[in-house]
Amino acid sequence: MSMGWLEHLILAPVLLPLLTGALLIPVGESHHRFKFAVNLLSVLTMLGVALMLVALTDGGHWPGGMGVYLAANWAAPFGITLVVDRLSAMLLTLAALIAVAALLYSMQSWSRIGVHFHSLFQFQLMGINGAFLTHDLFNLFVFFEVMLAASYGLLLHGYNMPRIRAGLQYIAINLVASLVFLIGVALVYAAAGTLNMADLAGRVVALDADDLMLLKTAMAVLVVAFLVKGAIWPLGFWLPTAYAAASPPVAAIFVLMTKVGIYVIFRVWLLVFSDAAGAVAGFGREALLWGGMATIAFGAVGMLSAQEQGRLAGYAAIVSSGTLLAVLGYGQASVVTAGLFYLLSSTLAIAAFMLLVELNDRIRSPAAAMLAVTMEAFGFEESPQQPVGRGIPASLAFLGLFFVACALIIAGLPPLSGFVAKFGLFHALLNPDGAGAVAGTMAWSLMALLLVSGLAAIIAFMRFGVRTFWASPVAPPRLQFMEAAPVTLLVLLCVALTIQAGPVFAYLERTSAVLHQPGVYVQRVLAQPVVGEEGP
Amino acid sequence: MNAILALVIGVLFGSGIWLVLRPRTFQVIMGLLLMSYAVNLFIFIMGRVTVGKPPLLDGLPEPAAMADPLPQALVLTAIVIGFATTALYLVMMIGSRGVTGTDHVDGQEPES
Repeated sequence: MSMGWLEHLILAPVLLPLLTGALLIPVGESHHRFKFAVNLLSVLTMLGVALMLVALTDGGHWPGGMGVYLAANWAAPFGITLVVDRLSAMLLTLAALIAVAALLYSMQSWSRIGVHFHSLFQFQLMGINGAFLTHDLFNLFVFFEVMLAASYGLLLHGYNMPRIRAGLQYIAINLVASLVFLIGVALVYAAAGTLNMADLAGRVVALDADDLMLLKTAMAVLVVAFLVKGAIWPLGFWLPTAYAAASPPVAAIFVLMTKVGIYVIFRVWLLVFSDAAGAVAGFGREALLWGGMATIAFGAVGMLSAQEQGRLAGYAAIVSSGTLLAVLGYGQASVVTAGLFYLLSSTLAIAAFMLLVELNDRIRSPAAAMLAVTMEAFGFEESPQQPVGRGIPASLAFLGLFFVACALIIAGLPPLSGFVAKFGLFHALLNPDGAGAVAGTMAWSLMALLLVSGLAAIIAFMRFGVRTFWASPVAPPRLQFMEAAPVTLLVLLCVALTIQAGPVFAYLERTSAVLHQPGVYVQRVLAQPVVGEEGP
Repeated sequence: MNAILALVIGVLFGSGIWLVLRPRTFQVIMGLLLMSYAVNLFIFIMGRVTVGKPPLLDGLPEPAAMADPLPQALVLTAIVIGFATTALYLVMMIGSRGVTGTDHVDGQEPES
């Protein structure tokens, strides 16, 4: 059996940023326009590839809606397997969209306040894309490290005091989390003798009691590493400081990174501890639900106490992580469907808000004062050439409008996609599977918590809005077109999600349906024929 | 031998945790190093401790006569990655020391 080029497309989201990032390292910083153009071309290609993968997984090109790629032609479970299903393809698209916005935003000045921004940006995307695609726990560790190593560099991009302080803590916490990850991986191997996720899901039924105990321990250790990435309470105190300290385009990319931690928990739990897993079916779900709910509460309180908009955005990201974890812990397919819609909507909105924060800050401080401070700390003698050309008109109205849009989506108020997501969640929670079933105490508690967190969000946003836009007569800040465009792009995507909620929900229902059938993954991955042999 | 290895890992990891929780960056990085040694040993013994057995050999169909090569490969990867990230943290540490003028993890001396 030979492979068409379409099969190799699965590898493209990893290979493309790797090659682009490597290519950009020797190019000097004086050619920043060239570097930007290459980076943009690569990210746009990634977006194209991701959209094609969505079309392929959803269009019936592969049986079961998932493409399996055997790296170096080693049959699963012996080699590393990459799997793209509807969930991976959707998240690859989301990553590429946010990357496009962050990159456009960085063009004006942020990409030039330090060195190697574009290479680090590409390596960061390589790690994120790889984590979405890989189906092997140790390979996942490698992609996590690629993602984290790049994120350390990006967080410190534009070396200044807050970034160094945040960076010291961020790196230390993530190094410890990586060690915990390794312990978990080693224990999984000791318990089940495999690190391939589908193989693990297949073997879990046949394990004896001792090995099951070991596997449970392993997963409990492993999930701690993922929960640190997802910033779940009490492992997420690093997040607001780090996100507020990072430069805006970097913070927008970081919003994706918390979602990687959550994605992995979705992937592993639905596969290994599904209802078909025998003795370990549903293991730890209750703990995830409680953890998620505690995180929502923590994030809501944090939003109310935030003194600056960057921290507010960080706490919004924490609430979003908590909600997703609770959705998984609740353990119902229709809730997961709505949760995935919430993931799309909240990630786009928080990323847009991260970009907006710096523009809003200009209203109160002289334009680009923050930039000047960073430049000084980085040791630049002269400022980068200020962009020529007029700023966009009505900048204050623009900022106000988009601030409100982000607030509405994050708080889950109508008419934008945040409301659709929250409505979907409530609808699913109120309609449990099975005839005659009614929503239980947990469903009601979760709904109450979501409402309270939405209220906290809207109060916090209103406070900042009033203070920023109504406080005193202010001179309209200068906004460049390239700074306004990415924010507009992300918010318009949320508007599109609202208008196209029907088709998107249909896609997510198919996604969730496959996710809840681990047998399909086991069958597809383990039976994938190597190239050069006849398939079964 | 299992007991000795377990003890070594425990002591290394315990010392590492204690050091990571200390306020000076040098102590933190030493702690991270000790912990990564402990974890590498841990991965290694997860392939079961075997003495004097080859990892792979042609024409030997009996798995019980061989050591499990996979954890050894995993350890190698983990060592390389751990080395690189620790080196990165070291650079960060020196940068922080230079900019803030202190080696405290908060970037400032505690007010006492």
